[in-house]
Amino acid sequence: MNKKLAEKYWKENIKYLIILLSIWFTVSFGFGILLIEELNQFKIGGFKLGFWFAQQGSIYVFVILIFIYIILMNRLDKKYNLK
Amino acid sequence: MTLQLWIWLMIGLTFSLYIGIAIWSKAGSTKEFYVAGSGVSPLANGMATAADWMSAASFISMAGLISFIGYDGSVYLMGWTGGYVLLALLLAPYLRKFGKFTVPDFIGDRYYSDTARVVAVFCALIISFTYVAGQMRGVGLVFSRYLEVDINTGVVIGMAIVLFYAVLGGMKGITYTQVAQYCVLIFAFMVPAIFISIQMTGNPIPQLGFGSQGSDGIYLLDKLDGLSRDLGFHEYTTGEKSKLDVFFITAALMVGTAGLPHVIVRFFTVKKVSDARKSAGWALLFIAILYTTAPAIAVFARTNLIETVSEKKYDDMPVWFENWEKTGLLTFTDKNKDGVIQYVADPQINELTIDRDIMVMANPEIAELPNWVIALLAAGALAAALSTAAGLLLVISSSISHDLIKKIIKPDVSEKGELIAARVSAFFAVLLAGYFGINPPGFVAAVVALAFGLAAASFFPAIVMGIFYKRMNKEGAISGMVTGLLLMLFYMTKFKFGWFGGGTEADWWFGISPEGFGTFAMLVNFVVSLSVCHLNAKPPQEIQELVENIRIPTIEN
Repeated sequence: MNKKLAEKYWKENIKYLIILLSIWFTVSFGFGILLIEELNQFKIGGFKLGFWFAQQGSIYVFVILIFIYIILMNRLDKKYNLK
Repeated sequence: MTLQLWIWLMIGLTFSLYIGIAIWSKAGSTKEFYVAGSGVSPLANGMATAADWMSAASFISMAGLISFIGYDGSVYLMGWTGGYVLLALLLAPYLRKFGKFTVPDFIGDRYYSDTARVVAVFCALIISFTYVAGQMRGVGLVFSRYLEVDINTGVVIGMAIVLFYAVLGGMKGITYTQVAQYCVLIFAFMVPAIFISIQMTGNPIPQLGFGSQGSDGIYLLDKLDGLSRDLGFHEYTTGEKSKLDVFFITAALMVGTAGLPHVIVRFFTVKKVSDARKSAGWALLFIAILYTTAPAIAVFARTNLIETVSEKKYDDMPVWFENWEKTGLLTFTDKNKDGVIQYVADPQINELTIDRDIMVMANPEIAELPNWVIALLAAGALAAALSTAAGLLLVISSSISHDLIKKIIKPDVSEKGELIAARVSAFFAVLLAGYFGINPPGFVAAVVALAFGLAAASFFPAIVMGIFYKRMNKEGAISGMVTGLLLMLFYMTKFKFGWFGGGTEADWWFGISPEGFGTFAMLVNFVVSLSVCHLNAKPPQEIQELVENIRIPTIEN
């Protein structure tokens, strides 16, 4: 792979990382910690929303994020003929 | 069948399974010993990582701890899962592409320096030893509680088993036993949780159950908040810790997770970069099953406990109460001599002290589940402790035989000689871990938190910048690691052991607890690394090429 292509691949990778890590930060540190009082005003079933994000929701999102990353990167590898 | 018989049967069966796997997967080369020949499938590696990661503390203590601190327990739930996102996105694929055996390998090569390598070995050893002592203790505790043998005998039995499959099979043996151990531990954790969820809410899925209504039509969490308030405890769904501290502890645990050598090294065992990504996904999925169930168990156990004991006559207590009183983990002192149990927040009036560990262990008895479930729980707790201990022992042995002997002391050692050195160091590591299990240093609990802080403060910045910042040179990385490490050690020893004048909560810097200080030390590491880096020359051309190389997966044929 030539240098230019490698740089392009890397830039696209970084773009994915920034988007995914922003979501990672938002659901855990944002919803589960910083904004918890605001979210706790809402309820889903017996859960206060902020509490749910801190003890359940953030973990589900983490799992989904990694699987989205796997799909995105596999697609990227294919686009650059690395697969 | 009696409980004792069930327990012997369950433990006997699982242990013969582990030994069988060890014989089948004997390691024949150093590559097999260190990284299982890099031929593990992503799914198997995901399970092995999950078992490696989830220790006796996750299995036995975490749910109990959460049941006493409620919302504040979220730091562990988010901290010990969120780190996998960092691992999957920032570390695992690139380290797999780099493709050597250990974390000090990467640090030493990327920073073209044996000093960096030695610093990394030192960090890896401190982190792993503090951790493994706790695991051996866990093994001993489970044996003594369930098999009524002495704790020390329990530690020795555990040592013998780990010794057998770690020394014989190396990473290859460990990986496949961990796969089996994951299956045992997750089954053992879920079965009682599902039973209890059905009993209390009618919902078989614990994750949904603890947000449902009980038989009285009141939401379980609302009821628990109410009970807690009435007894003077803080509301279950809100915390007591400051927001800043919760933020810092969560971050330290996340980053620490991503920096732990025994977790990172698991990603060296798969075939290719895309497999490293996949196995991080599987690992977190398998971990999440336990981590989303634990807060449900916490709520069930807490509600059950309060309803069973609070303001009830001591003479009417069920059998399990008496059983656990015998172990000393549950004690009742009738202060006002009314024969009724007062369980309240106020220590002057409170008459009941409960060790947090019994919340998970006593759960099946409290819920009146059959004997085989209790036996299963014992086997699960042992699987959790043994799998983590084995993973840590491997890091210790490879740090010595590979990073120190092969890379620094005697580079001309033969493949066969290195394999023998690896086995010998694994052997001594087990003995040392066993020694600490039998004579636990009083600071074990404190140093486990230290391990995360240390990993966050030392490894994480050095590895991340090694991949994402081509300009980072050895001067920057070494000074960052050393500063982060020393700062973290200073803070922990100051506030945990009272060195350097000690101090209380009021003296914490910016109100950050020692548990959360890893985040601060990590930030300092980043600042120091970047500043020192720019005062010194760029890294040599071939290192910049190495970085470019690890960023791109190899073409797969």
